Amino acid sequence: MLSKRIIPCLDVRDGKTTKGIKFKENIDIGDPVQMARFYYEEGADEIVFYDITASSDQRDIMIDVVRGVAEEIFIPFSVGGGIRTIEDMHRILLAGAEKVSVNTAAVLNPTIISNGANAFGSQCIVLGMDVKKVKTTNKIPSGYEIWIHGGRTSTGIDALAWAKEAEKLGAGEICLNSMDADGTQQGYELELTPLISENVSIPVIASGGAGNINHMYDVLTKGKADAALIASIVHYGTYTIKQIKEELHARGVKMRMAW
Amino acid sequence: MIAIIDYKAGNLGSVARAINHLGFECRITHNAKELLGADRVIFPGVGSAGQAMQDLKRMDLDQAIYDLYESGKPFLGICLGTQIILEESEENQTACLGLLPGTVKRFPMPLLSDGGKYLKVPHMGWNQVKLKRLHPVFKDVAPESEFYFVHSYFPAPKGVETIIGTTEHGITFTSVLGKRSLIAVQFHPEKSGPPGLTILKNFCLWEV
Repeated sequence: MLSKRIIPCLDVRDGKTTKGIKFKENIDIGDPVQMARFYYEEGADEIVFYDITASSDQRDIMIDVVRGVAEEIFIPFSVGGGIRTIEDMHRILLAGAEKVSVNTAAVLNPTIISNGANAFGSQCIVLGMDVKKVKTTNKIPSGYEIWIHGGRTSTGIDALAWAKEAEKLGAGEICLNSMDADGTQQGYELELTPLISENVSIPVIASGGAGNINHMYDVLTKGKADAALIASIVHYGTYTIKQIKEELHARGVKMRMAW
Repeated sequence: MIAIIDYKAGNLGSVARAINHLGFECRITHNAKELLGADRVIFPGVGSAGQAMQDLKRMDLDQAIYDLYESGKPFLGICLGTQIILEESEENQTACLGLLPGTVKRFPMPLLSDGGKYLKVPHMGWNQVKLKRLHPVFKDVAPESEFYFVHSYFPAPKGVETIIGTTEHGITFTSVLGKRSLIAVQFHPEKSGPPGLTILKNFCLWEV
């Protein structure tokens, strides 16, 4: 039986993480390679990196980060942010990432999903979705809309329809971020997550809203998520990954406990 | 020297990085002579069976793989590399290498758990392997260890004698198989953390 995955997410700007680990003195705060190694040893099941570097000529730094991470950790990790072309995907995968995630680029040009899946396999292609609750309309029957450009631009696209379409195009996984829940630490979106997860056959990673272990329990059970993305609650030392896994395991959620 | 068979299928670099991390030297190569001269060989792969078999034939590597198997050198299949050592795959209705008897099947849909929940395909994530018999490559691997899988098709060897380990995902499928010098795993040991690295290390030291 598959274990539910716990996935820390690191935002990286110009080669440095924007949130460091606060509770561990001997970690070079801000070094994504060190942080990845730390979470790997703590039992993270996978790691997600988002490159939020503003200027495109700084993107080569991220390739170096990916190379550094690949030398240090032996679990899957994915890289998203600023990936626009098949060539961008190729460089990240060649540097050692297991998966790439596309969000805005896939909405603007859905063939990047099918071309990426054909070139590298579906297992490499993660669809990132930024979703906001809206009024149900004919155009957005699910009541959830896709936003792009880091959540700054609405698209008028229905989130459920887009998830199904992306699966057909060859996406291997969905990372589903609720913009309403994101940053609140009040819990994951427990209506949106099962709506998407139960209507596609590919795994869904829930993102946005984790404030405590109970929230993670809810999204991995009621929320039907296959994995939970976490950021602040581990970066700021509220919990360790080991603690999270031990508690979820004790509450009956299947976790990978030996590593 | 450990050779990693390069037939343009997927990220061979991650296998090489794990081997180097363990302190062993390896070479990624599609040169048949170099492969036959290696002490042991790793046959990785992600992608589709049809494409993989086409590429192997185009690069004249199918014969080299038969010869390697016959030579009795330690041979490790990973993921797609594990599937195409069987006789044929339902994926693209592909005739495969046939080193071991059996076929490759797709997970049935809908796929349900014991509790009646819908399970997803691809089988992606961490899962356990139940060993049917001891194997030197699994030495020092704790029975509760989990490994990283990502696949929609699974090996279905004919007969039980080549089955070394099984995994549950709605059905019970063979996740580790082998015979003599050949050991093949459906999961990715190079992405399975410390227990995966232990398997790779054991393979690098395995005296058949």
